[in-house]
Amino acid sequence: MTTLQRKEVNPIGHLSAEDIEQIGRELDAIRDEVLAVRGEKDAKYIRRMIAIQRRLEIGSRAVLLFSVLPPAWILGTLGLSIAKILENMEIGHNILHGQYDFMRDSKIHSTTWEWDFASPAKHWKHAHNELHHKYTNVVGRDNDLGYGIMRVDEQQKWVPAHLGQPFYNFVNACFFEYGIAAYDLELGRNLATKKRRSNPEFRVRLREVGRKIRSQVLKDYVVHPALSVPVGLALGNPFGALFGTMAANAVANVARNLWSHSVIMCGHFPNGVETFERTSITGETRGEWYLRQMLGSANISGSRLMHIMTGNLSHQIEHHLFPDLPASRYAEIAPKVRALFDKYELKYVTGPLVVQVASAWAKVFRLALPNRKPARAIDHSVPPRHPAEVAA
Amino acid sequence: MRATSLGQVAVTQKLRDGAWRVVELITTPVVPADYLDVIAPLRNPTVLRARIDAVRPETANAVTLELRPGRGWQPHEPGQYVRLGVDVDGVRLWRAYSVSSAAGRRDGRFTVTVNAVADGVVSSYLLANARKGMLVHLDLPTGDFLLPAQRPAKTLFVTAGSGITPVMGMLRSALHELNDVVVVHSARTADDVVFGAELRDLAARGRIRLIERHTRADGRLKPADLGELVPDLFERETWACGPGDLLDGLQEHWADAGAGERLHVERFRPTVLVAGDGGTVTFEKSGLVAEAPGGRSILEAGEAAGQLMPAGCRMGICFKCVLPMREGIVRDMRDGTITTAAEVDGADVLIQTCVSAAAGPCRLDA
Repeated sequence: MTTLQRKEVNPIGHLSAEDIEQIGRELDAIRDEVLAVRGEKDAKYIRRMIAIQRRLEIGSRAVLLFSVLPPAWILGTLGLSIAKILENMEIGHNILHGQYDFMRDSKIHSTTWEWDFASPAKHWKHAHNELHHKYTNVVGRDNDLGYGIMRVDEQQKWVPAHLGQPFYNFVNACFFEYGIAAYDLELGRNLATKKRRSNPEFRVRLREVGRKIRSQVLKDYVVHPALSVPVGLALGNPFGALFGTMAANAVANVARNLWSHSVIMCGHFPNGVETFERTSITGETRGEWYLRQMLGSANISGSRLMHIMTGNLSHQIEHHLFPDLPASRYAEIAPKVRALFDKYELKYVTGPLVVQVASAWAKVFRLALPNRKPARAIDHSVPPRHPAEVAA
Repeated sequence: MRATSLGQVAVTQKLRDGAWRVVELITTPVVPADYLDVIAPLRNPTVLRARIDAVRPETANAVTLELRPGRGWQPHEPGQYVRLGVDVDGVRLWRAYSVSSAAGRRDGRFTVTVNAVADGVVSSYLLANARKGMLVHLDLPTGDFLLPAQRPAKTLFVTAGSGITPVMGMLRSALHELNDVVVVHSARTADDVVFGAELRDLAARGRIRLIERHTRADGRLKPADLGELVPDLFERETWACGPGDLLDGLQEHWADAGAGERLHVERFRPTVLVAGDGGTVTFEKSGLVAEAPGGRSILEAGEAAGQLMPAGCRMGICFKCVLPMREGIVRDMRDGTITTAAEVDGADVLIQTCVSAAAGPCRLDA
């Protein structure tokens, strides 16, 4: 395995090939323990979550019929934002990972679920489940790293366009769902040449996204606002009602976008998270894949509510190790996973949301500028040192 | 006049479609029925469900469930069966059960009688856990184990164990139209006879001639014994339901007597799938057949055989390679988990082909 060779301090230099395979076996054992108990509790959990989310969404939308009244606007917008966050994070993301496919319920299944997001489930599953989860943090393969527009590692060549990356990142955060839709379409690559632009397969996918966005926009910005007009008319302010509900939906969508963007940034960007070279993953074993997931992800600490609102992506490390296990099980296995990190002297990156978001943003700002000192060429003839030696 | 009314119909239809489109937009990305599920699961026209209204024990091992079907149900004919989808430890499993109640109830309610069999996951679960108020998934009644509209003059029913259930449905529905009825029923002991009291009462009132065979004491019924019990055997239109070997024997016996067309059988096929190592994988749409050894994924075996397979990460995380399995048994190569699909599952079981190896013959819908 050649991962992380370019690092001056190799965080896995102390592990032998046998150690790495042993880590893989121990993680497999943790997975088996969850599989042995996975069942009714998990089914009840996701059904309950769906019921809560749908009630919250109906309730908030009902309150927003009175959006012309300020207290109703505030309450409805708050409720709708939470409903949209739950729908994307704890429900949609996790179902689309196949975490609940074991239930054999055709309604709650990765192949049939559709979500309240600009990118159609099918497209997102390809970009996220297949590319991001397989090639996690491999520069050039995992587009989640900087979404192809940002510089995320000191080793990446700096160009002046990177100066704008704090701005791009902020815009991307506000319109995250459209950013993801564009990224799932690989828009940058596919619009580059005429040949790619006219590729029929790309045209089909473009139309699918167009249709999805159209219904999403019609729902949030036309139909629901129109429904609140009669109440507005009764209270003598139909336009206030129309635009009030429109604004409520916009705020809820942006709130959801900012929230999910922050959570996702915390998953792979904070300090201490490793990135990998493209060539480093050829011939990777299962143990090595597990190890890359361990080093390439970071958790967020917090309360149970916090974990639910992040769709348990606050357990990003556990999620990347076992993307197809029900996410509500991550908290249960986290102590065992952490003990494994300790046993093999690996760094379990975790911290409160505010700290992790700040750390990720700091990196975005820092890498917007060229490196202070040129990246030192690494002498591969000198074996990488153990982290303990460096500390000493 | 006619043209106007037709025009009105078209306009009404258009308005209705338009209104429905708006309702769909209100609930997008899910469908309106998904919201209905939260408040009134039986009203959903797209998913057929039933609520258990009553649970009545029949014997130590059998229980009758009274079901109130939701919207979309169609009444059964006596002798037919329904498929029930029951969530056992969070996993939806489907099994076929004969309707045991009389046909034609106005409110649509009907009963099934579940006999717990050894290793029967669903039947044991229902015996232990079925409660009033529980929801089960449902499929429309089906089956051609039926009495003809022109009722036969003489009738014989040969049943064993839970095989009595469709016959009980027939007796309860149509006994008043049948004159000469003989029921030969086998059960382990007198107490194990499902609907024992009701059958004995019918016999006492002279409505049927009941011959009970208690196999623990008397041994299994052989087709050859039937001639002694029912001398005019082959003159009777006969319906038989029970274990496969009994039915095989009866069919042979009737065929030998040249009366094959008078015997109607209902087979419950509890497809017993035993996990082995590797198997033949048949792709039904393309007609390709692949030999898949136990150490090789179905994805690779399919590709090697020339089947166009959907594929993604090839390590079991992206769920892009899932294909519907009609029937068969596979082993998850990561953790050894066995997944089976039987005809009765109806809705195909989706398997991840990249991490599943055949553990027996498999038929895939691809």
